[in-house]
Amino acid sequence: MNDLLQISKKIRISVVESLTAAGSGHLGGSLGMADIFTILYFNTLNHNPKNPDWSERDRLILSIGHIAPVLYASLAHSGYFPVEDLVTLRKLGSKLQGHPCKDSELPGIEVSSGSLGQGLSISVGLALAAKMDKKDWKTYCILGDGELQEGSVWEAAMSAAHHKLNKLIAIVDRNNCQIDGKTKDVMELEPLSEKWKAFGWNVIECDGNNLEQLLKVFNELIPVNNKPSVLIAKTKMGKGIKSIEDDYHWHGKVPSKENMKEFILELNS
Amino acid sequence: MTPYKIQDQKETRAGFGAALLELGKKNPKVVALTADLCESLRMDAFAHAYPERFIQVGISEANMISIAAGMTIGGQIPFTGTFANFSTGRVYDQIRQSVAYSTKNVKICASHAGLTLGEDGATHQILEDIGLMKMLPNMTVIVPCDYNQTFLATQAIANYNGPVYLRFGRPKMPNFTRLEEAFVIGKAQILKEGTDVSIFACGHLVWPALEAANTLQENGINAEVINIHTIKPLDIQAIIQSVQKTGCVVTAEEHERNGGLGDSIAQVLGMHFPAPIEMIAVNDSFGESGKPMELLTKYGLDTPHIVEAAMKSIGRKK
Repeated sequence: MNDLLQISKKIRISVVESLTAAGSGHLGGSLGMADIFTILYFNTLNHNPKNPDWSERDRLILSIGHIAPVLYASLAHSGYFPVEDLVTLRKLGSKLQGHPCKDSELPGIEVSSGSLGQGLSISVGLALAAKMDKKDWKTYCILGDGELQEGSVWEAAMSAAHHKLNKLIAIVDRNNCQIDGKTKDVMELEPLSEKWKAFGWNVIECDGNNLEQLLKVFNELIPVNNKPSVLIAKTKMGKGIKSIEDDYHWHGKVPSKENMKEFILELNS
Repeated sequence: MTPYKIQDQKETRAGFGAALLELGKKNPKVVALTADLCESLRMDAFAHAYPERFIQVGISEANMISIAAGMTIGGQIPFTGTFANFSTGRVYDQIRQSVAYSTKNVKICASHAGLTLGEDGATHQILEDIGLMKMLPNMTVIVPCDYNQTFLATQAIANYNGPVYLRFGRPKMPNFTRLEEAFVIGKAQILKEGTDVSIFACGHLVWPALEAANTLQENGINAEVINIHTIKPLDIQAIIQSVQKTGCVVTAEEHERNGGLGDSIAQVLGMHFPAPIEMIAVNDSFGESGKPMELLTKYGLDTPHIVEAAMKSIGRKK
């Protein structure tokens, strides 16, 4: 557990450093999801960073492409590419595009993403492909809570249950924030668990920033009754830096150089 | 006179359906998806023969395109089937990001394209789809001219690795190409050689172009007819070679003038070999209800209009 905690710190520091170097990007959501990425890349996913196209790998689809910094940091720290490359984020000629690009030279990316509402359908396609070929690999899809306002997400949700895709696991980053404010003010999502249940999903709620709880949830997550599973992970936007936690203004904001020093000091403490 | 004769009247969509069934036999990686238009797309034979490789997604086209993109990551070769309208404009962002930008091996197969969809009217008669699709980087755009060519093109795209838009139509139309003729993606098909005017056509307008060439021949004009079944990548060399010989051009298509075949050819001429060009296409208008042939006539997409355009283009030669 202590190892995972150290890794989550490293990932958060890399997120802060790369976004400061880039001068633009999305800090809040990237920090909020750092614990889930730690568990996925360093405990749960069956993957091989030295052979990113390994046919039996679990697939991870980041539907909310704007939190690319936490994905890039997780890929780098698990060995897909050098950690030093992270500071090229968003720079001309970098493989680390503002939103993930399948076509660049970046290993570990399954599909380009950024325009919202597409990742869950892509994940349904993956789970269908695995089912057809009788493969055991799993598909993980990371969605934002604001993203659930896109109607196409519910088309995908309906089809996943219809096709009984029990090796599909969706993770909703439930931080209650989106660009224009709190989700409850912009467009109410509650009752959220009931919505997923009504669509035929196995629903698990958990604290998305509690490594111990997450480890237990992911380790005990077994396919249920031929249903797809969704983890509604309650996270805090900006988690790890007290002064910015839960503040939606940090959705698309980056630290100044002075901020960066303070933030890293706090993350290291 | 052209060496082509009408063998029978058949739907291009039926050519797609028949080829899909063939692909099912030959290639276990081929899967088919539809959004509640299985029979309309003539996919029912495949669905019946290979139910485990057929996915019904219901009326959710955006979902279907992204599911298809996901299936490619699992190694499948998905063919999506719905009307051209719902295959393009309705799902443009899904195609742009998850298929084209991600370079996924998805085959977007679109029926009921253009005016010849007929009685359902303008809501369903898309005339902008070629333009939408050819603008996308990485996208190949194919518009076969009859049943036989749709049959061949459907099989050819399964062996090509990359995103493809395949456009065909609803009604029975002349079937005149031969199955023995090779279908090569990106290679223009010279149907009749000539020296006085180059007629470049695609889809349902290829047969009227051949008929126009016969009428012109009776008047002592020797037209060259080239089937541009692949709008992108365009066979620029074949176009330039033809126009170097003839010195003037007519284009013919069941599509808007803006963004269609004519517009692609005008670009080639402007950049490489300026020559007069007349375009047979719909001119900045939506369609309307009517019988397929009535509509083609009303909108000027028929043999007499191609003949007239050829005379005009020849008259503009310096």
